[in-house]
Amino acid sequence: MRAFRYHRPADVADAVAVLGAEPQAAYLGGGTNLVDLMKLGVQRPDLLVDVTGLPLDSVEELPDGGLRVGATVRNSDLAAHPVVRRDYPVLARALLAAASGQLRNMATTGGNLLQRTRCVYFQDTGKACNKRAPGSGCAALHGQNRDLAVLDWSEQCVATHPSDLAVALAALDTVVEVHETDGTRDIPITALYRSPGAHPERETTLARGALITAIRLPPLPAARRSTYLKVRDRASFAFAVGSVAAVLDLDGGVVRDVRLAYGAVAHRPWRAYRAEAELRGRMFSPELAGRAADVELAEARPLRHNGFKVPLTRAITVRVLSELASS
Amino acid sequence: MSTGAVGRAYPRLEGREKVTGTARYAVEYPVDGVTYGWAVPSAVVRGRITRVDTAEALASPGVLAVLHHGNAPRLAPGPQPEVWLLQEPAVHYRGQFVAVVVATSLEAAREGARLVRIDYDTGPHSTVLAADHPGLYRPDKVNPNYPTDTAEGDFDAGYAAAPVRVDATYRTPAYHNNPMEPHATTAHWRDGRLLVHDSTQGASLVRATLAELFEVPPESVRVIAEHVGGGFGSKGYAKASVVLAALAARHVDRPVRLALTRQQLFGPVGYRTPIIQRVRLAADADGRLTAICHDAISQTSTIREFAEQTAVYTRSMYAAPHRRTTHRLVRLDVPTPFWMRAPGECPGAYALESAMDELATAVGIDPVELRIRNDAQVDPDQGRPFTSRNLVACLRDGAQRFGWADRDPTPRARRDGRWLIGTGVAGSSYPARARPSSATATARPDGSFLVRINATDIGTGARTAMWQVAADALGVPPERVEIRIGDSDLPTAAVAGGSMGTASWSWAVIRAGQALREKLRDLPGDEPSGEVTVEVSTDDEVGGQPTLPRYAYGAQFVEVRVDADTGEVRLNRMLGVFAAGRIVNPTTARSQLVGGMTMGLSMALHEEGLLDERYGDWVNHDLATYHITVCPDVESIEAYWLDEQDDELNPAGVKGIGEIGIVGAAAAVANAVHHATGVRIRELPIRVDKLVGLSALA
Ligand SMILES: Cc1cc2nc3c(=O)[nH]c(=O)nc-3n(C[C@H](O)[C@H](O)[C@H](O)COP(=O)(O)OP(=O)(O)OC[C@H]3O[C@@H](n4cnc5c(N)ncnc54)[C@H](O)[C@@H]3O)c2cc1C
Ligand code: SF4
Repeated sequence: MRAFRYHRPADVADAVAVLGAEPQAAYLGGGTNLVDLMKLGVQRPDLLVDVTGLPLDSVEELPDGGLRVGATVRNSDLAAHPVVRRDYPVLARALLAAASGQLRNMATTGGNLLQRTRCVYFQDTGKACNKRAPGSGCAALHGQNRDLAVLDWSEQCVATHPSDLAVALAALDTVVEVHETDGTRDIPITALYRSPGAHPERETTLARGALITAIRLPPLPAARRSTYLKVRDRASFAFAVGSVAAVLDLDGGVVRDVRLAYGAVAHRPWRAYRAEAELRGRMFSPELAGRAADVELAEARPLRHNGFKVPLTRAITVRVLSELASS
Repeated sequence: MSTGAVGRAYPRLEGREKVTGTARYAVEYPVDGVTYGWAVPSAVVRGRITRVDTAEALASPGVLAVLHHGNAPRLAPGPQPEVWLLQEPAVHYRGQFVAVVVATSLEAAREGARLVRIDYDTGPHSTVLAADHPGLYRPDKVNPNYPTDTAEGDFDAGYAAAPVRVDATYRTPAYHNNPMEPHATTAHWRDGRLLVHDSTQGASLVRATLAELFEVPPESVRVIAEHVGGGFGSKGYAKASVVLAALAARHVDRPVRLALTRQQLFGPVGYRTPIIQRVRLAADADGRLTAICHDAISQTSTIREFAEQTAVYTRSMYAAPHRRTTHRLVRLDVPTPFWMRAPGECPGAYALESAMDELATAVGIDPVELRIRNDAQVDPDQGRPFTSRNLVACLRDGAQRFGWADRDPTPRARRDGRWLIGTGVAGSSYPARARPSSATATARPDGSFLVRINATDIGTGARTAMWQVAADALGVPPERVEIRIGDSDLPTAAVAGGSMGTASWSWAVIRAGQALREKLRDLPGDEPSGEVTVEVSTDDEVGGQPTLPRYAYGAQFVEVRVDADTGEVRLNRMLGVFAAGRIVNPTTARSQLVGGMTMGLSMALHEEGLLDERYGDWVNHDLATYHITVCPDVESIEAYWLDEQDDELNPAGVKGIGEIGIVGAAAAVANAVHHATGVRIRELPIRVDKLVGLSALA
């Protein structure tokens, strides 16, 4: 493990300035992902800038009815927040479906969004991986890829984004507030992540050194009727093999509004716009939900071991929407 | 004249130390001037090291030395090639340890390991087991020394003539033992003597191996294993960590601590081989078995033969006039497979007890009844009566406790909302063995007693059990007895493996207690003025025991629910009833049985070593990706046992309970999944990818 220095920034400006000046520095949130990767030699920063002491640890109700969540709010605290539980159940459920109690107590909102893929080849420096070592090849493409992508992958990378939180946030049209050396920026979460394309090592649209300071949930009364369903290989403490975040607003049985996002299928949390379009304005039925999922998944290209993700994602789409419709 | 300590539920003697973190494990002993070793695994599957460049590693801060085949101390070649490490440039499997970096801190050693540059010449490799692999051969014996094949009657004719037949092939992947404490060692040479604290299941054996490898007298080696955080078979022999630590300590002439990483436990320390099993059963219209055949194919390495005794379970479990079992092996460029909880019995029972369920369906009789009908009181293999066999009693008792009687045998007949519900059963058995051991017993002038035996407590409660046995043997309350185990300087004893620890050790402890009491009785005068000690060995007594079919039995019952859309499987309950001789301590015994059952459930639903044939190693080599059952997977697990007295076993009358809990458990789960869904999954683990979309099948 590489020796590294440790810095506690005085404020956000200091954090961003230090990171901007040090090409091999990294922000440290709860460390539950970064420290593991450092031990494995996958990430080798020479300076850690610990952001957990910054005043970014509050949840604030906004005048427009939305919610701003500071980047260092711990996953456990966010899941337990009464407003989140009342107005955005999908978010609380996604958080609680992730990792373990101990990890959620450590994990931060910002760190969760920027956690790296769980592709096993990425985590092993003895294997080819374009994301870790650009140009070395993608061992997963023809390797063990049961857990990896069925949508939007490239020959260079077939990884999935592992975060449950990000899937819920994608459904909620969340905005990510970032601080960069030259100012602040709002990025819709759906625009935060990139497709792998030819450069899977570039995972987000953030500038180097950008600090996530908060996320902003827009007001969405319909989200009171929302949920998150996650399928995993054991009942707890496992990443998703399929997940759906959904918000459903019916008007006399007709879909007035719907938000749908999938996890475990692509390099980024997958907002299912096409399925939403199929559903919107139509009389809801489980068959319609199935058709909508089919439309969304029509372009799925399963790999050798993950063909099951297509019927699985379809099944949980139907399940979740039907349950919301009848709740 | 027993005081009755045996049979009572004492908490573990070292429980407090363990839960408060003061119990010391192998790399936790404070040692002056200690250094840290980090093992470097080979990056290729098969080949030869052509060059080792250590310059960069040695220049890294804190690094003291880099050992490799070019400079490591020499070892005598022994019978275990997997620990003849750093001796030759040849690489036999990926992950073979080819260098060790020693540094002043763990982090520096790890960084140094990254900087060691090794060049290899590589050759083609073969790492995937297949039923049609051209390298299949017939080993001379299977683990530990059973005949490879057996045949009685005429299977082919018997099978062909039967009205009901089942022919099914079952596949299981590689399983990795994954004890909580990794293989870990602190080693220290002083004046030609080697002291190691090692995480092992048998310090006596490790001492013998180290003495042989380093060509020193056994008296010059001391192995301490006071507390061991599990092994599940993988620590049954000296493994890489102790040899590498001892080599490194000799090389740098300082104490060395070396623990393998979680990733390094996937392969080089042993694992359960993937297995392909074909089972054929034939029966008459009443379900009486007429022909049984079990063919098992598994893998071994190119450096040593380990032949999992997969089909041995079938030789003695159910009777039939025509029987055949075979084992075939392939030598692959993989680490040598090794013992993992109930080697042979565990995978073999998965296949046979699944096939029995398929037969019950084919005949149309209840699977509990099918097993009762095919019970054997005479061992079909040895032709002698079992010393005791309570399989039927376990099945009946379990069926009653579980509420089996009203079961509708129709698959997919019970539904609760989105959940399909089903129940399954399996038989279970495990041999009751014992090995010679020795022990001393000492009477102290203050009225207390000391019993010494190199038993090992790998988390099972063995220390507490021996303390209870010792108290009864001495005829005193246990509070007056001190028990000392886990040190090769103590009298030599059998390894904690094969479910024979308690049988073997208690035998020696009881004889020592008896001998001491006799000696004290014969002493002139009332009170001895000094200590009085006796030492006994059970070599002759155990060696002279007649060979008889001695087995423990059990019955496993499971209720699952399967999500009809997603295929997720959860257990509502799991219930096992066992007949395993005398139970020394109900508290620790229950933990053993429940632990075994849980591991069987884990095998059924979760565990799978995923090999990448190009790299020749298991890519899901950590506990985030190699899934093990967690608490919410199962709502209730209950273990019961029947009172059983068997005088043909050993003085304590115990059969061993470490492994029987896992035997049959996976089959009971798979059978329940079939009952719930109507789908028979013959390849473990049973996961969503194999069951998704069941609603659509309806
Ligand atoms: C065994 C295990 C199981 C898990 N299971 C799940 C699961 O089921 N579902 C799931 O969603 N997650 C799961 N996780 C992942 C867990 O949610 C993440 O590790 C955690 O959310 C990361 O948060 P952190 O604060 O610890 O991030 P860190 O590890 O501190 O950082 C992660 C990354 O984000 C960067 N970073 C941190 N904060 C900021 C910021 N404010 N601005 C910019 N960059 C920042 C860091 O530089 C680093 O690159 C699991 C993790 C483990 C170890
Ligand atoms: S899928 Fe992506 S992360 Fe995985 S090996 Fe390929 S490039 Fe690396």
